[in-house]
Amino acid sequence: MAEQRIDLPQGTLDLLILRTLALRPEHGWAISERIHQVSSKVLQVQQGSLYPALHRLERRGWIKARWGASENNRRAKFYELTATGRKQLETEKSDWKKLAAAVAQVLETA
Amino acid sequence: MFSDILIRLRALFRREAVESELDDELRFHFEQQVEKYVQAGLPRQEARRQARLEFGGADKIKEECRDARGVRFFETLAQDVRYAFRALRKSPGFTTVAVLTLALGIGANTALFSVVNGVLLNPLPYPHPDQLVTLHESKPNFNTGSISYPNFLDWQKENHTLSSMAVSRSYSFSLTKLGEAEQIQGQFVTPDFFPILGVKLVTGRNFVGSDDQIGAAPVALISAGLWKRRLSGTPDVVGKNLTLDGKEYTIIGVVPSDFDLKIDSFSASDVYAPVVQWNNSLLFDRGAGLGFHGIGRLKPETSLGQARADFIGVTKNLAAAYPEVNKGIGAALIPFKQRMLGDVKPILLVLFCAVGFVLLIACANIANLLLARASGRAREFAVRTALGAGKARLIRQLLTESVLLGILGGAFGLLLAGWGTHAALKALPEALPRAGEVGIDSRVLLFTISIALLAGILFGLVPALKISSTNVQDNLKEGGRGASGARKGAHGVLVVVEIALALVLLIGAGLTLRSLVQLWNVNPGFNPHNVMFFGLSLSPATLRTTPAAVRAGFRNADAAIAATPGVQAVSISWGAFPMSGDDEWLFWLDGQPKPTTRNEMNWAIEYVVDPDYLNIMRTPLRSGRFFTAQDDENAPKVVVVDEVLAKKYFGNENPIGKRLFLEIGGQQDMTAEIIGVVGHVKQWGLDTDDTEPLRAQLYFPFMQLPDALMALSPMGMGAVVRSRGPVPGLFDSIRHSVQQVNSEQVVAGAQTMDEIISSSIASQRFSMILLGSFALLALLLSSLGIYGVVSYLVGQQTREIGIRIALGAQRGDVMRLVLGDGAKMALVGVGVGLVAAIGLTRLMTSVLYGVSATDPLTFTAVALTLTGVALAACYIPARRAMRVDPIVALRYE
Repeated sequence: MAEQRIDLPQGTLDLLILRTLALRPEHGWAISERIHQVSSKVLQVQQGSLYPALHRLERRGWIKARWGASENNRRAKFYELTATGRKQLETEKSDWKKLAAAVAQVLETA
Repeated sequence: MFSDILIRLRALFRREAVESELDDELRFHFEQQVEKYVQAGLPRQEARRQARLEFGGADKIKEECRDARGVRFFETLAQDVRYAFRALRKSPGFTTVAVLTLALGIGANTALFSVVNGVLLNPLPYPHPDQLVTLHESKPNFNTGSISYPNFLDWQKENHTLSSMAVSRSYSFSLTKLGEAEQIQGQFVTPDFFPILGVKLVTGRNFVGSDDQIGAAPVALISAGLWKRRLSGTPDVVGKNLTLDGKEYTIIGVVPSDFDLKIDSFSASDVYAPVVQWNNSLLFDRGAGLGFHGIGRLKPETSLGQARADFIGVTKNLAAAYPEVNKGIGAALIPFKQRMLGDVKPILLVLFCAVGFVLLIACANIANLLLARASGRAREFAVRTALGAGKARLIRQLLTESVLLGILGGAFGLLLAGWGTHAALKALPEALPRAGEVGIDSRVLLFTISIALLAGILFGLVPALKISSTNVQDNLKEGGRGASGARKGAHGVLVVVEIALALVLLIGAGLTLRSLVQLWNVNPGFNPHNVMFFGLSLSPATLRTTPAAVRAGFRNADAAIAATPGVQAVSISWGAFPMSGDDEWLFWLDGQPKPTTRNEMNWAIEYVVDPDYLNIMRTPLRSGRFFTAQDDENAPKVVVVDEVLAKKYFGNENPIGKRLFLEIGGQQDMTAEIIGVVGHVKQWGLDTDDTEPLRAQLYFPFMQLPDALMALSPMGMGAVVRSRGPVPGLFDSIRHSVQQVNSEQVVAGAQTMDEIISSSIASQRFSMILLGSFALLALLLSSLGIYGVVSYLVGQQTREIGIRIALGAQRGDVMRLVLGDGAKMALVGVGVGLVAAIGLTRLMTSVLYGVSATDPLTFTAVALTLTGVALAACYIPARRAMRVDPIVALRYE
């Protein structure tokens, strides 16, 4: 546990989940692993936030769940992006980029 | 949105499955994590420990997942509903009053909405009702006059925009040779009438074109009612014969009993026959309207505008071809529904506003009750807040209570409405077109549910917001008696709103009441009391006799009726009859050349009567004389005119002795000498007669009718009698004496003149009765409201009053204090109400008669009454306050 961890700002978890699922359907554990890997082990998603987030996204109709077999052939719940989810990802992505750019600009100049 | 509902529903109803899936999902994650650590080299035991440590409390995660799925919403709701039920059961008095108040408010709204829905909103019960139109001739004096049969035939042939059209005309048939002779209501129709409306016959066939050719064998359709009543519903009724006016008709079909159309002169009747069977020598006279009105169906994809343009062309051609009768005659096409509903829309909308007000008042009342209750429960809420209940949570729970009240009230209201509408429409069936189609359907149900929920939220919101904004600490400290005075503001506003609403309603009702009184006080131009009108037909055999025999037949019938005990005088009535049927003759003045077109002739409403007519109606004789028995078929022709005709055509000259040229039924011209002038009669109804273009009236002696018309008259005549006071069973005695003369002579359809007048203002009475009852309800509710609030405030101020009295305040001071509080609210309410009423009653102008929408008398009287009632409602708690015993009040602490 030597890596430096950063807590996720409010609302970004949804974006990360959607982005991860954009590649292919995944189950919860794989999603958290993937975010961990891709962020060079900076971001660690806690189960306590991951699962409520998944269920919330499902309720909003952005992702949908179905049961399937995992890599090691166990029954696992896979989530995949829906069409509205894909649209939502695009909006959130561009919002995030604008926000990040704006924050960076303020930090640079102020 | 859809996935949201599905997931919530699944979470609610498949709770176990959802829970076990959640278990599985989390366990999978946990085991994956363990696996990962094992592969990284940890011993299994250690890997599990590590994973569990990271995982934290599984229950907390599950709880948050449930929240995320929206399960909590329903669980809380169920909890709140249970809690609300318990709370309501604990105070049965409050619950009963609240539910009853709401039931009245919601019931009145549901009832009226079911009327609006059935009459205005629902489509007509015919296929493609938007294609249906009514047809009329537009001519001088009449925008929607009757169509002559030859013009109808030409319109039918020449137009390109209607897929089919038909005309109809009502007629009274004598039904004989089937038990007792009877006069039955019939309609002459052209063949397409029923197909246009898509009426499916119970049995048999519709009329076809060949049935309406001159010389065709007489055929008839009968109503299901007549089939059951007179033909005992025999299945082989088609092909049987029916003797109408002495002619044998073959029954070809039966019209279903749910066909109850009433439009223009058409109303669903017992028998229908083709127009050509009408033995009227004027049928093929292009200038004779004869009371025919038409219906038609637009071709698909054809607009009303296109059809109107088409008919302008058709009528122009006809005017060019027959200038002497058709000049200035056009066609009027009117959407069917608009024609059927007439001017009922503004009345219904006014009434709908009125019931809306009643519901608002009911809501204000309940909000007040809830406010009072909420301050009693302040401590309960303070404790709950202290224990961690959020503000939103408290508001939600209070709203659940009020919405539950709303739903209970709505359920009772629905029952009240179902029963109330039924009763109201039964009492005044003629007040409303389409009354038979009013009922409770899915749209009404939806409306009731919506207003019940809305009302629940509306009256629940005020106390809910109030309670959640009060200070927890204060409430806990104050020992649960609430901060006195703090909530007076909200109560006061609600009372002011209630009183203002009640005032507007009372003024509305007052204005309609005054209109109705004005209408009743309008002199109709005759004395309606103890006058009865009925249909009279001689025996059908008279049709095949001479005019002299017809005259003799009527003289005998007249004598028999006159000799009936209780009858003071009798007269035949032909042509027009006040407020029930109109008919016109054309005339021109002596010294004028005969006008070349009908358009240039003068019109007058004509009453063809016997000498006693004036004594029966008690219409005043202005000058000259009325007819005598000597003005008979052998005497020179005479005519009596009314003062409107005299003034219009003779100005200040004395018309007596002048002569009129009459064109009777477009056949023969005849000159008649004016022998008298009588008062004007309100032919077109008490309210509208003054503004009608055609008001000139003339009277002509029945016995002087030309022979051609006399030959027609044995069937479907009218008679009018004046009785010596109210005589029970008079009509039965008259029937008996008439049938003594000849068993095939019939009388039917008796109506007293008072009934005719009151049904002519039925819609005004209908709105008056409804608006009046709504206003009374509003008065009752709002005085209950002010009474409740003042009582409550007195209860809250008991200690203060006790201290005042202990310090030497007089009882009168206390009384003034409390009354002053009430009076302040009442006066502000009345003030606001007056301003609102000035704005709102203007919308009623079209349903008022003879009274201005801002009638100062009504406004003052209502404002004073309401203030008085409000003060009276304050007086009871004020007396209670006066009698407060300071010792008791102070010990109360």
